[in-house]
Parts: sequence; structure tokens; C-alpha cells
Amino acid sequence: MTTLSDLKISEVKLAAEEGGKWGMVIDQDICTGCQACVAACSMENNIPFVGEEDSGYGRAMHWIRIERFWEGEYPEVKMTNQQPMMCQQCGSAPCEPVCPAFATVHSQAEELNLQVYNRCVGTRYCANNCPYQVRTFNWRDYERPEPLPNQFNPDVTVRRRGVMEKCTFCIQRIHKANDKAKSEGREVMDGEFTTACAQACPSNAITFGRVDKKDTLVYNMMHHGQSHGKKHLEELGTLPNITYLNGGGA
Amino acid sequence: MTYGKKETEKKQEHHDHHGHTEEHFKEKHLMLDPLPRGVMNDMVMEAVTEKPSWKWWTTVFVLSAVVVYCLIYSWYRLIAEGVGIAGVNRPSYWGIFLVNTVFWIGISHAGTFISAILRVFKAEFRRPFTRVAELMTTFGLVQAGFSIFMHMGRVWLAYWLMPYPNQRMLWPNFHSPLSWDLLAITTYLLSSTMYLFLPLIPDLAMARDKTTGWRKNFYRILALGFRGTEGEWTHLRNAMNIFAFAIIPVMFSVHTIVSWDFAAATRPGWNSTIFGPYFVIGALHSGMGAAVVVLAAVRKFIKNMDYFIRAEHFDAIGKLMLIISMGWAYFFFNDYMVQWYGGDKWTKQLLHFHEAGPLGWMWFAMLIVNIAIPWAILWNPKWRSTPWLVSTVGILINVGMWFERYIIIPISLTINRMPFTWRMYTPGIEIPLGIGTLVLFILLYVIFSKLIPMIPVWEVQEGQMAHQLKKFGRETVVQVSELE
Repeated sequence: MTTLSDLKISEVKLAAEEGGKWGMVIDQDICTGCQACVAACSMENNIPFVGEEDSGYGRAMHWIRIERFWEGEYPEVKMTNQQPMMCQQCGSAPCEPVCPAFATVHSQAEELNLQVYNRCVGTRYCANNCPYQVRTFNWRDYERPEPLPNQFNPDVTVRRRGVMEKCTFCIQRIHKANDKAKSEGREVMDGEFTTACAQACPSNAITFGRVDKKDTLVYNMMHHGQSHGKKHLEELGTLPNITYLNGGGA
Repeated sequence: MTYGKKETEKKQEHHDHHGHTEEHFKEKHLMLDPLPRGVMNDMVMEAVTEKPSWKWWTTVFVLSAVVVYCLIYSWYRLIAEGVGIAGVNRPSYWGIFLVNTVFWIGISHAGTFISAILRVFKAEFRRPFTRVAELMTTFGLVQAGFSIFMHMGRVWLAYWLMPYPNQRMLWPNFHSPLSWDLLAITTYLLSSTMYLFLPLIPDLAMARDKTTGWRKNFYRILALGFRGTEGEWTHLRNAMNIFAFAIIPVMFSVHTIVSWDFAAATRPGWNSTIFGPYFVIGALHSGMGAAVVVLAAVRKFIKNMDYFIRAEHFDAIGKLMLIISMGWAYFFFNDYMVQWYGGDKWTKQLLHFHEAGPLGWMWFAMLIVNIAIPWAILWNPKWRSTPWLVSTVGILINVGMWFERYIIIPISLTINRMPFTWRMYTPGIEIPLGIGTLVLFILLYVIFSKLIPMIPVWEVQEGQMAHQLKKFGRETVVQVSELE
């Protein structure tokens, strides 16, 4: 039995060092801002199109968005790198404790931040508390004119009005790969599958994979050239699982 | 039958030889201007049982029509079409519904404050208006409940927030401030309703003895067989004492918990440790303002009430309003200063946005109506004793406190740590729904004024028995004996 005195300080790991199971690296230096990831994500995850008016009012439901910024004052304006932003799959997510109905929870198996659609009652507290503002709400039942319903992804739930949703790291693909690996009696291999956004990215700016092993691509990208790999709003203690590479002189 | 003024005048004439001082006391203070209990009972019951005038019916009809359209029809549309017809968006996921929730809980605070704290401290001026104030608590909480349920995306599943046994062993998340909130508000609603009912029992028994027909049955059932024996009074006094003491911490905790909905979140502008007391004092500020408006309305529109509610009561509430306004100013600047001093870049952006953003006028208006106007008017005893003036200040304070919540919720949500998402909030169907809650609040008062005595007659009578004018030489002195 372990007692308190058996614990050595050097062995006590901060949760931050643990990392999750799945991670992503986004190289902003090679991102062109083409929005292919946004389109692919919408197709993969049955995300409704909210129309021009709602979209202009801040209700676009994309789970991933390309943020554009500039530096300096007019006329000395310089564009900065495009910044794809989606759920950071925080290790210690601020959205989780505030949900009164346990609709947003941390999964033990995938070590991801889940949204349980049919448990959500729509208080929208999680979205307020998300420092990355990446949660999207089904403000209405948005129309899907024919033939759009024909391209529904059968692996993903279609959400109704009044429900919160967000990037899942394409959890349906994770499960598919897990099931396949299990049936073949092996572990999921690195690079065996990827998320819709990473798959669609023409410049390979998005890399998805396992981060709990040292020989994976994502792990090595995260830890190679530490100086320019950073996580967003890390100072809040959210332990995000997405690393951004920016200003590496690519 | 006309009571009240004429009776009072007759009495004053009768006692004329006592000299001016005593007249002065009697005119000013209800406690020193006693009427026989039977007369007071008749005065109150006349106001309740008198056949409603066409004005009353018109008021009820118009208010009901507004409630049907603004509250019922608009809410139906909101449920049927989704929260999209409201103005909430990213990043202002919370809008006027939450503003109204906090606002109504705030209003409901003063009711309990007046009756419980003043009862505990035996402030004599409270006696005629405890009931009106307690009704404000219950009616206000009803509106707060409506507002929070309107806010929900899938309100038909609201019962999931309740801890009820179910086959899947699913429980609400007790980490969430919203769960605390729900429990706190439910506790508050139940305890304040009981606290409203207890002092009502003797009056219901009185009403039962003075009425016939359906009213007699109505009051008989509600009065729970109260006959006024010594034992019954002892039990009632004990129960009221327990509730008065117990409800004070509940009242402080409820609004503190409401503030934690914001203070426990990781948002610039919300994450402030002083939010608890700041919200409590803010609630009292708006609640006292509302109490004085209701009091003025009761005095103006209900028969015989000008005997019970006098300038001295407006004067006393005016003093409280002034002190609370000063307290609010202290907490406001404390919150502002400490957040600014923290130096967080997002908070700095936000504070700048508050006063210099497109809704900066609201920030300045809040300071003017919450601080400048009350301080400028309420210091003067004559002004704060004038019902129309002090109730105008009350309305302005409520406007200011609504602005305060608007600034804290949708305006503060506009600024977050992701500048790409910054966007203004424009209210949609929240406006009719908000008007609906206000009108329902008024409608409940109008209807209840014809159902229950608005003045706790027994409490007034008790106070009048405890007060005496004694003459020492030429000096008239007020003597108060401990009756309770």
C-alpha cells in the first residue's frame, strides 16, 4: 500500500505533463486559410448551414473556424498567420463543471471532452465558460433542402434545436479505428486514420494522432522545436490538447 | 361607509385640548394614531370585498391581454421555433432572460429584507407594509422562474435539473453553479411563501369572520381554523420568529449563489471575488426601489390605505434607500477598482468597452440613476416623504439596476479572450417576454388586492397597543412597551 511518505516529489506529475491520448498539431506557418477543413468538418459531422442572416449575426455553427487577424494600425497593417480554432479538447475543461445536467463530460476511454446531445437542456453555460469560444448552439432547427439530406454521415447524430455541440476530434472515426484494431488484435497505429479537417487540408497544416506514445508523429512535432510550439490560453490551466506551430520561419 | 381620514379627523378634533405636540405625533405616526380594532378590520375588508369598479376590470383585462400576448404567445413561439428568435448569439450566449432572472430575484429580495430583518430588529415603521413587501418576494420569484425557463434551449426537459430518482441513475451535476442556483431559488421560494402565509393566518381568520358566500369558504380553508386563542398565538409567534431568523441567511445566500453563476466562471469581468456581496447589495437596492413604488401604488389605488401608509413610511424607506445606494456605490467601485488594478489585458479591454463602447451611455446612466439621483433627492426629509417623488426615484433605481445586470451579462459577454468572436448583442423576442413578466407581476398584485388583506391589521393593532403618548409636564413623550 502506498502511503503519503512513499510519494517522492519527483514522481508527482502535474496533470499538464500527462497529456491526453489524442492530440493535434496545427502549423499556422503553412496554413493558407482555404477553409477546406471547415467544409470537410461540416460534411463529416452533419453540421447544419444556418443561412446568411444567422451566420452574420454570430450563429455560424462551424466546429472549426479560420481566424484572421492583422497587426499594427492602418495604413501600416500586416496580416498575421491564419489561425484555425476549434475545441482544444482540454484536459481540465472549464465547460465541464458548469453543466448542471452532466451533458458535457470527460470521457475516460478517449480522454476527450464529450458533448452528450440528448442530455443537453440548453442552458449554454458551457459556451459562456469556454475561453476559446468554440462551442456552437443549435439556435433553430435549420432547414436542409433536398438533396442535402442524402449526404448525411450515418455515423453521426443529427442534432435538434436547443442543443449545444462542438468539435469531437471526429470521435466516430476514432471508434471505427479502435473497433478495427480490436478485431485484428492489435493497437491503433499512428496515422491509421485522421480527422476530417486534417484529411482535407491541402497543405498538411493539421496533423492528428496519438500523443500518449513517444514514437508518434504528433508527439514529435509537439516536442520538436519547443520554442515555437504553443498552446492557446495555457495560463488558464485548461491543459489543451492542440499545439500551434507559429513563426517557425517555414 | 367611509373610514380613515374622517375618523382620524374627528379624533383629532376631540383631542384638540391636548395641544399641538400630541396632534403632531398623531398625524405623523400610525402607531400613535390608534383606531379600534373593529374599525381597522372593516377598513381593510372594505378594500378587499368592495365590488370591483369598472376601472379595476379594465385594468385586469388590459393586463391579462398583455400577459397572453407577451408571455404566453411569445413563449409558445420561443419553444416552437427555438432560441433563435431571441437575440442571443456567440459570444453573448446569455441575454436579457438572464438579466431578467437576476433582476427579479433582486426585486424579490427587499420583500424579505423589509419584513424579516425589520421584524427581527423590531423596527416599528415596518408594521403596515410587511405584507405588501412579502408579496413582492413571491410574485418576483415567479417572474424569475419564468425568465430562467425561457432561457433554456430545451425547456421541456427542465426537470432533468432536479435530483429525482430514475432508472439510469442520472443525477444533476452538483459542481455546477446553476444546480446550486436552482436549489437556492427553490428553497427561497418555498420559505418565503411560508413566511408570507404565517402572518396572513390571523388576517384570513378575521376575513373569514367578516364575509359570506364563496369568500367565507375561501378564507375558512386558508385560515386553517385559527380562532385566536392564546396557545395559537404563541405557536404562530414562535413559527414567525423562527422563519424571520432563518430566512435572513437564506436571503443572503440566494443572491450570493446567483452571483456565483458569474463569479465562478472563467470570464474577464465576471471572475470577481466581491460579486457575492455586490449582488446582495444590488438586489437590495433594486428591491427597496420596487418596494417604495408598490407601496405608493397601494396607497393611491386601494381604498382606506392612506390611513395605514403615511409619509413616515416613505421617509423610513427613503432613508434605507439612501444607505443602500451608498453601499452599492462602495461595492461597485470596489469591484471596478480591483478588476482594473489586476491589470489583466482582457479585463482592461472589457472595462474600457463598458464606458466607451457603443453602450457606454448605459454605463453612465447606471451611475447617474443608481447613485447621483438617490443621493441628490433622498437626503431631504421632505422630498423623501413625498410618495410620487420617492417612487420616481424607486423606478429610476430599478432602471439603473436593470442596466447594471445588462452590463454584466450581454455587454460583458461581448468581450472575451477570442477577439475574433466579438460581436454585439441585439435583443429579439426577449423584449415582449420581459414586458410580459413585468405585467404579470403587476397583474398578480391587482388580483390579490381583491383576495387578501393588503395590510396585516393584527400587526398594526399590536403596534398601536404597545405605543402610548405620555405627558411629562408640558412635554409629550412616546412610550413603547415590549408586547411581544
